Amino acid sequence: MLAVHDLTTTYGAVTALDGVSLEAPAGQVTAVLGANGAGKTTLLRTVSGLVRAQRGAVSLEGTDITRLPAERMTGLGIAHVPEGRGVIAELTVAENLRLGGLHRRQGSEPERLERVYELFPVLGDRSNALAHVLSGGERQMLVIGRALMARPRVLLLDEPSLGLAPRVVAQIFALLRTLVERDGLTVLLVEQNATSALSIADRGVVLGLGRVVATEPAERLAADEKLRHAYLGF
Amino acid sequence: MQQFMTTLLGGLTLGAVYASFALALCLIWRSTRVVNFAQAPMAMVTTYVGLEVIEATGSYWLGFAVALAAGFVLGALVERLLVRHVEGAGDLNIVILTLGLFVALHGLAALVFGSDYRSFPAPFGLKGLHVGGHNVAITPFGVFTIVAVGIVLVLLVLLFRSTDVGLRMRAAAFSPEVARLLGVRVGAMLTLGWALAAVVGSLAGLLIAGGNLVFPQYMDSVVVYGFVAAVLGGLDSPVGSVVGGLILGLVLSFVSGYVAGDLVPVTALIVLVGVLLVRPGGLFSHVAERRV
Repeated sequence: MLAVHDLTTTYGAVTALDGVSLEAPAGQVTAVLGANGAGKTTLLRTVSGLVRAQRGAVSLEGTDITRLPAERMTGLGIAHVPEGRGVIAELTVAENLRLGGLHRRQGSEPERLERVYELFPVLGDRSNALAHVLSGGERQMLVIGRALMARPRVLLLDEPSLGLAPRVVAQIFALLRTLVERDGLTVLLVEQNATSALSIADRGVVLGLGRVVATEPAERLAADEKLRHAYLGF
Repeated sequence: MQQFMTTLLGGLTLGAVYASFALALCLIWRSTRVVNFAQAPMAMVTTYVGLEVIEATGSYWLGFAVALAAGFVLGALVERLLVRHVEGAGDLNIVILTLGLFVALHGLAALVFGSDYRSFPAPFGLKGLHVGGHNVAITPFGVFTIVAVGIVLVLLVLLFRSTDVGLRMRAAAFSPEVARLLGVRVGAMLTLGWALAAVVGSLAGLLIAGGNLVFPQYMDSVVVYGFVAAVLGGLDSPVGSVVGGLILGLVLSFVSGYVAGDLVPVTALIVLVGVLLVRPGGLFSHVAERRV
């Protein structure tokens, strides 16, 4: 389980996260929802150590990881998939994938590559192409596949649906759900697209201006009309 | 024919020297997006270190190895102690830092090693080779120069293309934040990039010094040509740097051999302007699409 307690992050005078506490239970999808500027991306960046927390704590299976630098996360089994489809455009698809598995060697590399190509056959077809020729959906598959190369326990996903066609979003989200059920992956999913996120999430956390507004099972959140109108825009 | 061969081989040798210098610039540019103006004086300092070792022990190769090792250490130190602290503070700050280092190292070298002209030995003869009774206009040291640069290029390409460390270095250079999230120690990769670049720079220094005189400014004449070679090939491409160096060496050699030696600096300038006009990214650039 990944737990966040009273996390506060500031950028200069701006408080992006203001005492956020939440849990991502093992083997479940926890969706973090909210409008632009609610602090969703900052939450993930603070959890993975890209930004320093002003206050509060992050723990993985009870071990405090708040002050660990970002480069240690992969080794612990936490994979942060950044927003904006953070592929390394100058490297090939295969190189991007290999890079994902360099710092947590579990199983042989060819075997892990094979598994990713099974999940995303299109990546196998284009393994020697430079990542910058991929489409938006393929890039999203590549970053998820790259994260899976490390066989993570926890997947932190930042807006995987951003800029993708609904059909591709559905495909990627269905695959995430499969991974959770099959491998017991723990997912913390940050999304603006609340409808899609709640369709695969077990629990939902709503952020508003850096604070937790609600924490509910996904179905109940989807049914809560007041909350939906106020924070989720549907 | 004799003159043609002389000019050709002379150009290749000269080109190999420019290539090694351009390669060093390219390595730092690739990993940190910094043009290292202190490249030449850094190589000058390590060449002096090599010369001291050669004079003390009488072994050229020991001095050669120590100079390369000194380059590794100096490159790493410059990155750790200086460059790192101005990173992210704007590109101009780093440029000014390396220019300051240029001046400082010149002064330091004059203090430590003196500013007299000192002769630097060459490991092989400096007389032309004889092949089948004919004089060939290339010295054994010239052959060594070309071979050494070729080996370094092959090793670097292998490092970047086929090793995990090379993959980490490229990831750290292209996309530091993503690389960190994947577990790459970006800072260490940048230090390694500077260290390797300084090793290649040291090699350039040794190749220029071999059989010549060494003094604190002895590298300065190469600086301009090394930069032109790097821009010609594309600062991003190691192969481009070497090809750029060779092309420039040949062009300058033919201009000097067939037209007039006085035109060499102007020709380099014309080449530079021409490349910048036609292909600003260099002959070997493949400009990756960047998201805005």
